[in-house]
Amino acid sequence: MGHDTAEWVFVAIVIAVLCYVGVDSWMVQKEVEDVPADAEVIKVTGQQWFWSFEHADGTKEISTLHVKKGHAYLFEIQSRDVMHSFNIPDWVVFEDAVPGHTNHAWFAPDQVGTYPIQCREYCGLLHYNMRGSLVVEDDNST
Amino acid sequence: MVLELQKPRPVWQIMFSTHHTDVGYLYLVFGIVFLFMGGVLAMIIRTHLFFPGQGVLVSDSATFNRIFTVHGLTMLFLFALPVANGIGNILVPIMVRYKDMAYPKLNAIAFWMNPVGAALLWLGFADTSWVSYAPYSVIRAPGPAADMFIFGMKILGISSILSSINFVVTIMKCKHPDLSLRRVPLFAWSMLTVSLMTIIAMPTYAAALIMMLTDRLGLSGFFNPFAGGDPIAYLHLFWFTFHPEVYIFLLPAIGMMYEIIPRFSRKPLYSQASGVFAFVMLGIIGFASWGHHMYSTGMDFTTKVVFMIGTLAAVPASGMHVFNFLATMWGGRIRFAAPMKFAVGGIALFFSAGAGGVLNSAMPLDFISHGTYWVVGHMHLFLIGTIGFGFVAMIYYMFPYITGRMYNEKWASAHFVLMFWGTVQTFFTQHLLGLEGMPRRVYDYPTEFTSWTQLNQISTIGAWMIGASFAIFLASLIYYSAKGKYANMDDPWGLGGKYYYPVAAKNPHGGHSGY
Repeated sequence: MGHDTAEWVFVAIVIAVLCYVGVDSWMVQKEVEDVPADAEVIKVTGQQWFWSFEHADGTKEISTLHVKKGHAYLFEIQSRDVMHSFNIPDWVVFEDAVPGHTNHAWFAPDQVGTYPIQCREYCGLLHYNMRGSLVVEDDNST
Repeated sequence: MVLELQKPRPVWQIMFSTHHTDVGYLYLVFGIVFLFMGGVLAMIIRTHLFFPGQGVLVSDSATFNRIFTVHGLTMLFLFALPVANGIGNILVPIMVRYKDMAYPKLNAIAFWMNPVGAALLWLGFADTSWVSYAPYSVIRAPGPAADMFIFGMKILGISSILSSINFVVTIMKCKHPDLSLRRVPLFAWSMLTVSLMTIIAMPTYAAALIMMLTDRLGLSGFFNPFAGGDPIAYLHLFWFTFHPEVYIFLLPAIGMMYEIIPRFSRKPLYSQASGVFAFVMLGIIGFASWGHHMYSTGMDFTTKVVFMIGTLAAVPASGMHVFNFLATMWGGRIRFAAPMKFAVGGIALFFSAGAGGVLNSAMPLDFISHGTYWVVGHMHLFLIGTIGFGFVAMIYYMFPYITGRMYNEKWASAHFVLMFWGTVQTFFTQHLLGLEGMPRRVYDYPTEFTSWTQLNQISTIGAWMIGASFAIFLASLIYYSAKGKYANMDDPWGLGGKYYYPVAAKNPHGGHSGY
C-alpha cells in the first residue's frame, strides 16, 4: 500500500502532456472552424449510394465535383435517407450527413488535381462503393 | 478450486448447477466457443480484403456487412463479457471469502439467457453493424434480422444487468467481515467497478432498443427523421451506454493482470490503493466521454471541447495502472511463464492503444481518424491487445487449477510470439491504413491506391498469424487438459511457496494464507 513521489511525478507528466494535447487541439480546431467570409456555398446531398452537389449558381453535379483552385468553399451537407459521412480524405473534409440536419465543413484547395470523395459512415449495401471524385481546376477567370 | 477433470462429473450436473465455479465454467466454455466462431468471421473478413475486387470467400456486400456485424457482436457480447463474468464467477466469491455468489439461482439464470441471446444474434445475422445507427437500423435494415438483433441484445443486456447486481451484492454484502473493502483483491475491485457501471449504463441502451423496435414497427418515430424524430438522439443513447461499456470490457482484463503480475514478479503489488483509485476513477470518468464518438455529427465547438476534456481525463487513471504494473515488476525476480508473457504483452499493447486514443480524442485529429481503419486498429488493440491478452494470460494461469495438469510451455510460447507479432502487424498497419483514408466497414476498395492494397495485405497476414496462434491455443487447451503432465498443485510454476495462489484461498486451513 502507499504511493511514492515517482508515481506522482509520472501522473504529473501524463497530465502535462494531456494539457498540451488539449490546448493545442483547442487552438487548431478554432482555426479549422473559422469559415472565411467569402466562402462559396456548395450543397452536398448524400443518399444511398451516391453524392450530389449543387453550386451557388444552380449548377448541379452528381458524383464528380468541380471546384476552382484558390477559392474557399463551404459545404452544406445533408442526407436524403440514412446517415452518411462526406469525406475528402486528401483535404481533411469530413462531416456526417444526417437526415434532418444540415452540417458544415469548408476547404480552400490550393493544388490542382483529382481527389477521391467517399462515404465514411456505414450506410448499407453499397457503402463501400459510395465514391466520387473532386476535380480542382485552375481558375481562368482572374 | 474444483479439480474438474480429475473428478469427472456428468455434464448435466455442471449445466444445471448453481454453484459459482460451475456457472463460471459454463461462462468460460460459452465465451471460448464464441471466441472461435467470431474468429472465423474475422478470418473471412481479412482474407476477403487481401484480394480487392475479386470477391474472394464473400461474393456480395450484403453478406459481408452481415459478417462484420455479427463478428463485432460476437466478440463483444458473446466473448468479452461472458469470459469476464466466468472468471469473475470463479474467483470473486473466493476473493471475498464467501461460499458462493450472493444469488446462485439468479447467477445461473443470467448465464442461461446468454445462449438465447446468442441464438437470436446468430440466426438473425443482422447487417446493421454492431452500432446499428439510426435511421439505417430503423428505416432500411432488412427484417427479421434487425428485429432478432434487437431482441437478442435486449436479452443479453438483461443478463448482464442481473449478473452485475449479483457481483455488487456478493462483494459489498457477502464479503468476510474481517476483510475490509480496501483489501479486496484488485480483480474483485475491477468486477465491482464494471458491475456498478453496467447497472448505470445498460438501462439507457435497453430503452434505446425498445424505441428502435417501436420505430421499426411504425408505432413511433423517435429516431426516424421522416416521422419527426432525430437520429442523433439514438447516437447519444447508444454511446452513453457503450462508451462506459468499453471500460466494462477492459477493466476485468486489467484486474486479471493484477492477479498475475505480482505473483510472477515474486514481489508484492506496488500499490493496492492506486489500483483501487484508478479503477474507481475510470468507472466515474468513463461516463464523461461518450460524445467523442460523435464529433463529426455536427456538434458545436463547446460540446466538442467538453467531451475532449472528459476523454483526456480518463488517461491519467489508465496511466496509473500501467505505472503500477511496471513498478511492481521493477526489481522483481520475474518468471516469464506463459501467464506473465501474455500479461506483459497485454500491458505494452494497452499502452499503445491508449496513446492512440489520446490522438483520437484531440478534436482536429479525430476528423482524420474517425470512421477510418485507424479506429478499427485502435479499438482492436484494446480488444485483442488488452482484453484478449489478459484473458489468455488468465486461462493459462487457471489451467492447472481447473484441470490438475500443466499446459506445455513451448507451445504457449509459440502462441504468444505468433499472437503478439500478429496483433502488432495487423492493427498497427490498420492505423496507417486509416491515415491513408480508407473507410471502415467496406466490402471492397479501389485498387488504384496501391498503398491501400499493400497495407491491407500486410494486415491480413498478421491476422492469419493471430488465427494460427489461436489454433495452437485451442489444440493445447484440449490436448493438455487430457494428456498434460500432472501439475504440482502447491506451486505449478515453481515460484516459491510464499506467493499466493487461488487454490490456497479456497482452503484457508491448508496451504498458504492468501489475503
